[in-house]
Amino acid sequence: MKLSRKFLSDYVDISDIDIKKLADDMTSIGNEYASCGKFVNATGLIIGKVLSCEMHPDSDHLHLCKVDIGKETLDIVCGAPNVREGIKVIVAMDGAELPGGTIKKGKIRGYDSCGMICSIEELGIEHKFLKEEDIKGICELPSDAIVGEDPLKYLNLDDEVIDFELTSNRGDLLSILGMAYEVGALYNRKVNDIETKYDTMIDKSEKFNVSVKTKRCSLFLAKKAFDVKIKESPDFIKKRLMSSGIRPINNVVDISNYVMLETGQPLHFYDLDRLGNEIIVRDAKNDEELVTLDNIKRNLSSDDIVIANKEHAVGLAGVMGGLDTEVLNDTKNILIESAIFDSVSIRLTSKKILRSEASNRFEKGLDPNRTYLAMDRACYLLSKYADAKISNEITVFDESDKNDKVISISINDINGLLGLNIPDKEIISIFNRLGFTVKNNKDILEVTVPSRRIDISIKEDLIEEVARIYGIDKIEGVLPILDTKKGSLNKFIRGIRNKMVNLGLNETMSYTLIPNGETHKFTNDSFDEINLLDPMSDDHKSLRYSLLPSMMMIYDYNSKRNNKDLCIFEIGKNFKKVNDEYYESNSLAVLMTGNYMDGLYKEKVDFYHIKGVMEELLDYLGFNNRYSLVIDDIPQEFHPGSSASIILNGKKIGIIGKVHPNVSKDDIYLMEIYLDLIENLGVGKIEYKEYSKYPSISKDLAFIVNNDITNDDIIKEIKKAGGKYLSKIELFDLYKLDDNRKSLAYNLVFTDQNNTLTDEIVMPLFNKIINDVTSKLKCEIRDK
Amino acid sequence: MEKDYEKRNIEILDELKKDLDGVKTSNDLVLVKAKYLGKEGIVTLLSKKMKDIEPEKRGSIGKIINDIRTNVTTLIEEKDNYIKEELLKKKLNDEKIDITLPSKKLRRGSMHPFNRITEEIEDLFVSMGYDVLSGPELETDEYCFQRLNIPLGHPVRDTQDSFYVDVDHLLRTQTSSVQARCMEANVEKSPIRMICPGKTYRRDDDATHSHQFGQFEGLVIDKDVTLANLKGTLEVMAKTLLGEKTKVRFRPSFFPFTEPSVEVDVSCFKCGGKGCSLCKNTGWIELLGAGMVHPNVLRSNGYDPEKYKGFAFGTGIDRLAMMKYNIPDIRLMYTNDIRFLKQFDRKELK
Repeated sequence: MKLSRKFLSDYVDISDIDIKKLADDMTSIGNEYASCGKFVNATGLIIGKVLSCEMHPDSDHLHLCKVDIGKETLDIVCGAPNVREGIKVIVAMDGAELPGGTIKKGKIRGYDSCGMICSIEELGIEHKFLKEEDIKGICELPSDAIVGEDPLKYLNLDDEVIDFELTSNRGDLLSILGMAYEVGALYNRKVNDIETKYDTMIDKSEKFNVSVKTKRCSLFLAKKAFDVKIKESPDFIKKRLMSSGIRPINNVVDISNYVMLETGQPLHFYDLDRLGNEIIVRDAKNDEELVTLDNIKRNLSSDDIVIANKEHAVGLAGVMGGLDTEVLNDTKNILIESAIFDSVSIRLTSKKILRSEASNRFEKGLDPNRTYLAMDRACYLLSKYADAKISNEITVFDESDKNDKVISISINDINGLLGLNIPDKEIISIFNRLGFTVKNNKDILEVTVPSRRIDISIKEDLIEEVARIYGIDKIEGVLPILDTKKGSLNKFIRGIRNKMVNLGLNETMSYTLIPNGETHKFTNDSFDEINLLDPMSDDHKSLRYSLLPSMMMIYDYNSKRNNKDLCIFEIGKNFKKVNDEYYESNSLAVLMTGNYMDGLYKEKVDFYHIKGVMEELLDYLGFNNRYSLVIDDIPQEFHPGSSASIILNGKKIGIIGKVHPNVSKDDIYLMEIYLDLIENLGVGKIEYKEYSKYPSISKDLAFIVNNDITNDDIIKEIKKAGGKYLSKIELFDLYKLDDNRKSLAYNLVFTDQNNTLTDEIVMPLFNKIINDVTSKLKCEIRDK
Repeated sequence: MEKDYEKRNIEILDELKKDLDGVKTSNDLVLVKAKYLGKEGIVTLLSKKMKDIEPEKRGSIGKIINDIRTNVTTLIEEKDNYIKEELLKKKLNDEKIDITLPSKKLRRGSMHPFNRITEEIEDLFVSMGYDVLSGPELETDEYCFQRLNIPLGHPVRDTQDSFYVDVDHLLRTQTSSVQARCMEANVEKSPIRMICPGKTYRRDDDATHSHQFGQFEGLVIDKDVTLANLKGTLEVMAKTLLGEKTKVRFRPSFFPFTEPSVEVDVSCFKCGGKGCSLCKNTGWIELLGAGMVHPNVLRSNGYDPEKYKGFAFGTGIDRLAMMKYNIPDIRLMYTNDIRFLKQFDRKELK
């Protein structure tokens, strides 16, 4: 909402208040602004008269002018085609600041130029307000302009504007009157009455017929005005429209906009002769078409409200009028519409079709009393500035509630909620400043709120009004006095995050929304993809089922920037839809690629690094000896020979492995663990167990086995044969013997909790291990 | 006769010194030791000859031979110590390393700034007796809007332009949805003190807005809480997160779920309120929205507004992280460049 200082001054006196102060004070009562300042941002301008004008000898378009600016005569070189002797012009003097830069004395092709003669465009006025002559040539001021005076003042362009960013509840402030009441409350000043008195003519024409066939119109006023004279608006109307951001068109159209700005009530004027004598307000039909004022064919649906005549729709209610009943230069008679349409409906229509100054106001809700006021104000201005003869008849459809609201509230309610001690008198005075009347009944105040404040309906709204005018920042912070209690926090996710950080992984944070082709990757599960109905882009269209596609995108991003070494993790939500139900669950993903250690001690990431991360985490969570890796159910994006499902208590809790070479040429290792599946699993307590005080016996041995025998196979056999004294098995050497065979060397430790072990006890066990392993796994012992 | 032995003493010692001069290793020394003190050694043989000496001279001669033995032993021991010392010196010298070679670094992980700040906030509020709660990111319209006094068609739905997946379900635009869930879940309708940090989503993308961002919401419901209590609480939060000197300012505002509503500014922690580029020369930074819980919100979640009051506040987590760590563009938080992530790899204990 652009607030013109001149416009506002019609209704409240702000002559002593600087525009910046006004803007800041309004902010302090809840009305923020984006910018504030002069309408024309130019300095050093003065009215001058061209005393002489000759062609520049070295140019075919430059003129050498002598310009009288009152106190002196300036030499100015001017290139405008319309510069000539005798005209009055706008001169930017040496040092003048214009939006295009600073004007400096200088020589132009050898001749002194001590300033610039300006066009309207050069003053920095928005392009939409400019006519062709404002751009092509310098501005020619009328002869009554006084040399030496301020041209902006002369042109009525010396306005100041605050551009407010209002909260959505304050629709009432989308009007000069609303702003005047707000400023009046702020500075405790009186708001002037609005002039609405006009003469009417006895209207003998057939009474205008309005029928409302939708529930979404609560008030509709229609009045005829005859014999309007279409012409340019008076200057003050044009300039106020411009300050408010609206382009002047002609007096009649401008008046409808002017009244909307003043009262907040959008109006519409129809060419009565083109419209006919009837209006029907109804829901649009599906696929009904309407060409709006901007000459665009709009396709409507039953969600929209239209204004129609006998034949067809003539306007999109609350948004924009139709082209074929538009007020044109030959228009003689008009119908004035002032109405209220359902705010939600207008909001949805305007969101779909077009946002306009009108729809913006309808959306926020209107005061029915203003609907009547705006009608009268329009009639007043039309009779005054368009010579209209206003009909004494009015057609009214009215199901609106125009009553002022009465709210009871106690002083205690107010101070109790705010934590303040504002005296009764001051509270009552605040209400009065706001234009609310107060009946004082002991401790209870009966506050009558004028209908313009549609945002106020309950006690708490009144409390906010008191707080804002009193000064909400005067409240001193006090900590609440509450019962002492323990705060709670889920430590599971935190514990995992800390563990991953401690393992040297960098945490990432990626988008939940991914391209919809990606959701089914890195999984064999079947599920319905969850897609946004209205995505911002295809890149963020579907809710991820797994974190792994996101991890791969992070890898791609970094890889393209030559960040090849990544050990990263993320904890986040996965989403799925099964049988029309939505589910979301926490998951942990890890990606490792490139070098695990860099430089001198370079070490490339391999499967065993990520397996180490997995074991560290699961052991840390208390699951040691309860999980295993099973080569089963490997999605096609994983390397079939270097990947596995992670099984815990017989259930798949995750996946680990290498990315398939078809997906990436780099060696990338991934892991995902479904945290919700393990969060509530029971875990044993940490309890001290006595360790053996007797010495252990340590033995080494190595087997030569076929390649298809795994470490796990050997360990299982060793365990079986070793019995209770075997307390540790550790693989300490592994090498490839030839294409078919490998050698694995183990260190075995034997311990007895209660005695010192001897070779007599250990050797038979050791030999049994050798025999069992070599016979069962058909392998041989090395270097016995 | 004693004189002969005295002379012999000097000869032996001279010879020994010469021999020891030639000794380089412990092995050499063993040979020298044998030559003098071995079974057939020079000193051993001298001792053996004692039996041939007439008894009255044995005392004095014996003393001389003893002296010889002592002297020889001492010299050999000295040499032995010398050799050991030299060996150790050599060993230490050989073991000298270049301590400026790079270390075998253990990998150092890092926590994303979003979660660093979240944990900081959680710890603060837990210490004041708040529960940390979470809720679904894929929410129903009811919890995200309707129960928070935002009926269908409410204009605030525009500013929170949302991602729907069907008519009733959307990615939550605000963590306030957890407010409604937690009030509903409290069957006794007893006092509540909670915060709920988490991810939120809106149709927005530029340097300061991301379609995915984080919010955390605080809610206190009790019999007797005031707007002044809200300010006191936010002052503690601002000082903890942004520095002890931070001041808090209230401006009236509008949110459908609170009444009165306030916009909360904090004094600029960069310039201390003097005015700088961060605070756009105002000295203040807009931090969060807050207010007293709207009676409709209390009512629609089962609390009697005549008995209970409450305050609520909510702010962007990314924004806090960006302010705290001087991150200029929110997109940096989500592109996960490893050069960004690795910068958050240490504690700030002070």
